[in-house]
Amino acid sequence: MATLCRDLGDLDAAEDAAQEAAAAALTRWLDDGIPDRPGAWITTVARRKAVDRIRRERTGREKTELLARLEEPLREATGSATDDQLGLFFGCCHPALNMEAQAALTLRSLGGLTTAEIARGFLVTESTMAQRIVRAKRKIAAAAIPFRVPEETELFDRLGVVHHVLYLVFNEGTYPTSGPETTRVDLADEAIRLSELLATLMVDDAESLALHALFLLIHARRDARIDANEDPVLLRDQDRSRWDPDLIRRGQAQLDRALRLDRPGPFQVEAAIQSLHDDATTPADTDWAQIALLYGRLRQFRPTPIVALNQAVAVGEHEGPAAALSMLDDPSLSEPLTTYPHFHSTRAEMLRRLDRRAEAAEAYRAALATIEHPADRRLLQRRLEEVSPEPP
Amino acid sequence: MKYACLIYSDETDPSANPDPASPEFAPIMAGYMAFGEEAGAAGVLVTGEPLEPTSTATSLQVRDGEVITTDGPFAETKEHLGGFYILDCDSLDEAMKWAAKIPHASSGTIEIRPVPDFSAP
Repeated sequence: MATLCRDLGDLDAAEDAAQEAAAAALTRWLDDGIPDRPGAWITTVARRKAVDRIRRERTGREKTELLARLEEPLREATGSATDDQLGLFFGCCHPALNMEAQAALTLRSLGGLTTAEIARGFLVTESTMAQRIVRAKRKIAAAAIPFRVPEETELFDRLGVVHHVLYLVFNEGTYPTSGPETTRVDLADEAIRLSELLATLMVDDAESLALHALFLLIHARRDARIDANEDPVLLRDQDRSRWDPDLIRRGQAQLDRALRLDRPGPFQVEAAIQSLHDDATTPADTDWAQIALLYGRLRQFRPTPIVALNQAVAVGEHEGPAAALSMLDDPSLSEPLTTYPHFHSTRAEMLRRLDRRAEAAEAYRAALATIEHPADRRLLQRRLEEVSPEPP
Repeated sequence: MKYACLIYSDETDPSANPDPASPEFAPIMAGYMAFGEEAGAAGVLVTGEPLEPTSTATSLQVRDGEVITTDGPFAETKEHLGGFYILDCDSLDEAMKWAAKIPHASSGTIEIRPVPDFSAP
């Protein structure tokens, strides 16, 4: 709209033109898929419509002037609006492909990564990754997996698959499952780039915008998350001056845009939680009451024990360790999480705060029995020593 | 592009595969009739057949010129191939959309396999 107003110098004409263009866009996109820059596409079409209108309504010099002002940007905008990147997203993240293949293909065709880079990112050999990609491509060809925007009735579910793939890539980059950090390709950066692209292509999808916001808001803390020994630093122990204010600002602005669309969803809740963490200048400053509420909301979207565990952590900060512990010891939460390391470390932490040292030590040992990542193990080991009685 | 939709379900489960004489059989048949009509009208349906239960199956191999027959299906599994459709669709998305409408999709599994076209240049 801003572009159009500038070009047309007439708000009413711009509004009319934009409306006509949006209607035209919807019809076209349902047939042909969404172009790579829907914004540019709308602007282009709106300009064409405005030109038509001006031809119809205006006369003489006034008309010539307006038309002259419109012609230049019209040529500029038409050049790039055809390549269907969104179709690529949906094709790479097709539900008929397995998730590893989806992630690899997305990084390959939309992220422009080489097979070797993707292999390094996922810590597999290059030949394994090459095989994975070849197998996926063969299936795409043999089964005619389409590279286009799915029908409207499927769009929501299919978009969910795309989000899931980007989420997986981001998580793999942010919390690597194994291996030294230094040898890895930065999958978090890649996921941010891809989510930004998706948010640009799906400007009206609140969850796509929120996913990008979520990544930025988590990534803002990256430098503070790992200490000099490459050990993870818990949120409350992080040096907040090392958080990236620019990424936080960008993430919050993107989250605002998502929320204004008034279509609530889980990624918006997740991003809101991260935004509250980023807002706190000291750990004590954190709005845990709001975070606990938001986790309750997230549980409505994702009724999983892991979300409940995160809510218990927030409740522990807000109401105290006893309230958290009673949530954690609810069988609906504790039973499915017996092999989940973070469950035991959270329980241990609450017990430690309640000064129930023997039980805390036991819980730290349970956490150590399930966790593999060496840095995480070192952190838990330190905590275990803290709660263990001093040697005589 | 042709796709084979192979219909797998547990033939011993009466809720998925009721006896033809029972009242539960009619709605499932009606579901298949409706699918056949809809896919036929859409020009997607090439062919489709149900199969008799695996208790009627004979498996055959030729080894060193000798025919070896076995009473029963190729593999003993929980779910059995109970029938198939050949659908002509423009993409896997369309084939998936149709496969989801096959009545046994809600109690069993539909395996979608592309049929290669060897006549293509």
